[in-house]
Amino acid sequence: MRELSLHILDIVQNSISAGATVIEICILENEKLDLLQLKIIDNGKGMDAELLSKVTDPFTTSRTTRKVGLGIPLLKEAAEACNGSLRLDSQPGKGTEINISFQLSHIDRMPMGDLTTTLLCLIPQNPLIDFIFRYQVNENIYHVDTRVIKRELQDVPISDPVVIKYLRESISEGITGLYQ
Amino acid sequence: MPAIKSLDDLKRIREEALEKRKLKTTEGKAQIIVAMGTCGIAAGARDTMKAILEVIEKDSLQDILVSQTGCIGLCEKEPIVQVVVGEQPKITYGKVTPEIARQIMKDHIVAGKPVQNHIIQV
Repeated sequence: MRELSLHILDIVQNSISAGATVIEICILENEKLDLLQLKIIDNGKGMDAELLSKVTDPFTTSRTTRKVGLGIPLLKEAAEACNGSLRLDSQPGKGTEINISFQLSHIDRMPMGDLTTTLLCLIPQNPLIDFIFRYQVNENIYHVDTRVIKRELQDVPISDPVVIKYLRESISEGITGLYQ
Repeated sequence: MPAIKSLDDLKRIREEALEKRKLKTTEGKAQIIVAMGTCGIAAGARDTMKAILEVIEKDSLQDILVSQTGCIGLCEKEPIVQVVVGEQPKITYGKVTPEIARQIMKDHIVAGKPVQNHIIQV
């Protein structure tokens, strides 16, 4: 994976498979602290202590088609290569929280990449899941809550082409605005 | 602090969507499933999905359900896209680049002719 936004897409798939109905994606970039932090919190079925202890092992996976699950191990390696870390907390029946940190300025820290497309690959395709996206760059914050959007749209599904276009434009604009 | 655009924008979007829906007729439902396991994402599934969404948006295609699935065990054939049109059996395409995705949308989804040379056996 060459972009953090692709890792985010990958990790959120785990939350979806775990049956989450609300998924929170929080990103923090702080130049003063030289920190990039990613947090994904879901209310899916969670993992017990045994699975939690094994999940960073590439040979642990919930897939039945293969014996290898690389999503979390690769992200852990990427973080550790940038003076960062990956931490997982989970409670069966409650949900899971993954916390990944990177040294923002580290030469090996991969770019965030196309977050707009990542979100567009998640929101319309999972109309029954609510996504809360919070991106903070230093003092600027951009926030999207699909519950608010769905409430206003009423009977129009979030997967409608007109809505997808609106999402793409407003998310792209919102993210660009963080760097001004 | 810019939050999501104002609620007025959303109201306007809703009106616009309802108007467009009135004009289109249902041509038979289609379901497009893009595999988004780690293998798929690493192979470029996000760009494939993006191309599909762009066609839907540009041509205002209604009644197409786009969803995602995990790894189906054919990692070397990723990105994988499965298409179900109406009552017809599911067709699985392999190594679907954004270019091939656009072709699938044009030939299979809109014109009803599956793209034979990209179909794979599951």
